[in-house]
Amino acid sequence: MATLEIRDLHVSVEAENGPREILKGVDLTVKQGETHAIMGPNGSGKSTLAYSLAGHPKYTVTGGSVLLDGEDVLEMSVDERAKAGVFLAMQYPVEVPGVSVSNFLRTAATAVRGEAPKLRLWVKEVKEAMAALQMDPAFAERNVNEGFSGGEKKRHEILQLELLKPKIAILDETDSGLDVDALRIVSEGINRVRSTGEVGTLLVTHYTRILRYIKPDYVHVFAGGRIVESGGAELADKLENEGYEAYVKGGASE
Amino acid sequence: MAEQNTTGSTTAGSIEVGTAGAGAQLAGPGTGRTAVQQPIDARVAVKPSFDVNDFPVPHGREEDWRFTPLHRLGGLHDGTAAAAERGEDKVEFALPDGVTAETVGRDDARLGKAGTPVDRVAAQAFSAFEQALVVTVPKDAVLTEPVKIDVRAEGGVRFAHVVIDVKPFAEAVVVLNHVGTGTRAANVELLVGDGAKLTFVSVQDWERDAVHVAQHNALVGRDASFKSVVVTFGGDLVRLHPRVNYAGPGGEAELFGLYFADAGQHLEHRLIIDHDTPHCRSNVAYKGALQGQDAHAVWVGDVLIRAAALGTDTYELNRNLVLTDGARVDSIPNLEIETGEIVGAGHASATGRFDDEQLFYLMARGIPADEARRLVVRGFFAELLQQIGVAEVQEQLMEKIDAELEAAV
Ligand SMILES: Nc1ncnc2c1ncn2[C@@H]1O[C@H](COP(=O)(O)OP(=O)(O)O)[C@@H](O)[C@H]1O
Ligand SMILES: [Mg+2]
Repeated sequence: MATLEIRDLHVSVEAENGPREILKGVDLTVKQGETHAIMGPNGSGKSTLAYSLAGHPKYTVTGGSVLLDGEDVLEMSVDERAKAGVFLAMQYPVEVPGVSVSNFLRTAATAVRGEAPKLRLWVKEVKEAMAALQMDPAFAERNVNEGFSGGEKKRHEILQLELLKPKIAILDETDSGLDVDALRIVSEGINRVRSTGEVGTLLVTHYTRILRYIKPDYVHVFAGGRIVESGGAELADKLENEGYEAYVKGGASE
Repeated sequence: MAEQNTTGSTTAGSIEVGTAGAGAQLAGPGTGRTAVQQPIDARVAVKPSFDVNDFPVPHGREEDWRFTPLHRLGGLHDGTAAAAERGEDKVEFALPDGVTAETVGRDDARLGKAGTPVDRVAAQAFSAFEQALVVTVPKDAVLTEPVKIDVRAEGGVRFAHVVIDVKPFAEAVVVLNHVGTGTRAANVELLVGDGAKLTFVSVQDWERDAVHVAQHNALVGRDASFKSVVVTFGGDLVRLHPRVNYAGPGGEAELFGLYFADAGQHLEHRLIIDHDTPHCRSNVAYKGALQGQDAHAVWVGDVLIRAAALGTDTYELNRNLVLTDGARVDSIPNLEIETGEIVGAGHASATGRFDDEQLFYLMARGIPADEARRLVVRGFFAELLQQIGVAEVQEQLMEKIDAELEAAV
């Protein structure tokens, strides 16, 4: 069973006046089949955690470790992490002009699976996955994220999640900017992947709204660059009612 | 004056039917960095001429020379190349049935009909070439195979003159492929007879140290279609000057271009479409990728719609993809309109970066860095290639692009 172990992770970014520490010792273990919600106020470092796990060059790991089934993730290049089974659905997916969705998906699937998927099966697989996310087939011929609406971008991220079948899925605010219909469709997509029992999910969110559709096994409150409280799904209800004030003001963030 | 087109800059402009008054100039509503220059006529200081002596030696500050590093022209501009030792070209042909290729002397009456040299290097080429090549596609001939002219330059200096004469109602694809190295200047005449269709492909697949300057003059007949495809990968300095004139109404010209500048290469494409005839169309799309220190691409697209050119429909576009720091693009679309009685006129220019966020996004899906870059550049060019409309040529060019990407990216 795949396990992601994050131990005492410290991460800095290059700010105007030198390096600035954003993550201040994150500890978290995510096992295949589990869903962990990471909830916290804006600026608490949630995206920093997500990007650091995927290997974004902007973030410098200054301490701690990340292991996937005992393998050192921090030693891997970005593409190696993806091949090892780490997937990041981005908060702000990037436009890639000139590259069609269909070409992109096939290239990614080929890279992650280690061989080109058989064309006929692949076409069918993509078609079905797109239909399940209520995406127009014409979408496949558009350029990656170019001119996509917010909802289309997030559906496209979850489409990739469904096709690439990672061991660990990090979903960074996949719910933000979605209307109710889109939120339901996207959540159903995430639930389809979860129901396989083969993915460990790190659901990063600011709001509790998505938790109506996706029931987490664990909820972690993130503030000031670290996890300040952990609990079960009931912790989300507390956050829903009380907000993050207690964590931000209570000095837990620094 | 347009300054260096910084990455990320974009301009675009278009006008609706009949909204521009006589003599109006159209400026893009964008940043203004690539907006309209001084009038095209005023920039061309010297009248076109076949005689090199009618042009002063350029010093580099002239509007039409200001981007070109003159010291890398191999003396094509100042007479020293003309005095230097001549080199050889090996030329091979594939001529479909009915098509003729003749080598003719300077006094052949068929030369110089499609246009006149507009700068000193083109005039130098016309003044110095020894023999010309005339390829004729007879009237009504509809070719099913492309005409191929493969030129391998074997060093030294050489001046060339080529005439492609497509007689009325004939249809042809002509591919002029350049490999090898040397210092070359040429004029290429493209005569497209009434009702004829010509797709002319010029591939600059030179070795790294070649110097190549050429003027392409197309004269598009009544109801004729002309398509120019210019593909420039190789060379140290390549400066091409495709020009279109219309001999009668109803003519159509499409000019496509594709270039890839590596470190130190200077690739310059300057187009002029002169709409002086009513009811003609033109469409220009040039795309370039650049990578490496001092890779330099220059694109100047001049479109003139003269007072007589009622019912003109024109659009021009230039896009550049900058893959690394240190590369430079100058992109200048320029539309000059002397009549409002037109169907449409527009232009767009954009220079964008292949940025780290794109790279990260693709890599985060398992795609290795070099493949990610190739994917983006390939896609960027593929969109243009799809418009060529000749499957065989498209495939060959895509293979060339893949080879270039394999080697360079
Ligand atoms: N390049 C940077 N320079 C300085 N501070 C940064 C930089 N990038 C992010 N930060 C800061 O890091 C903190 C965490 O950001 P982020 O991880 O995006 O938070 P979240 O996703 O929880 O909203 C914020 O205070 C943000 O301002
Ligand atoms: Mg965030």
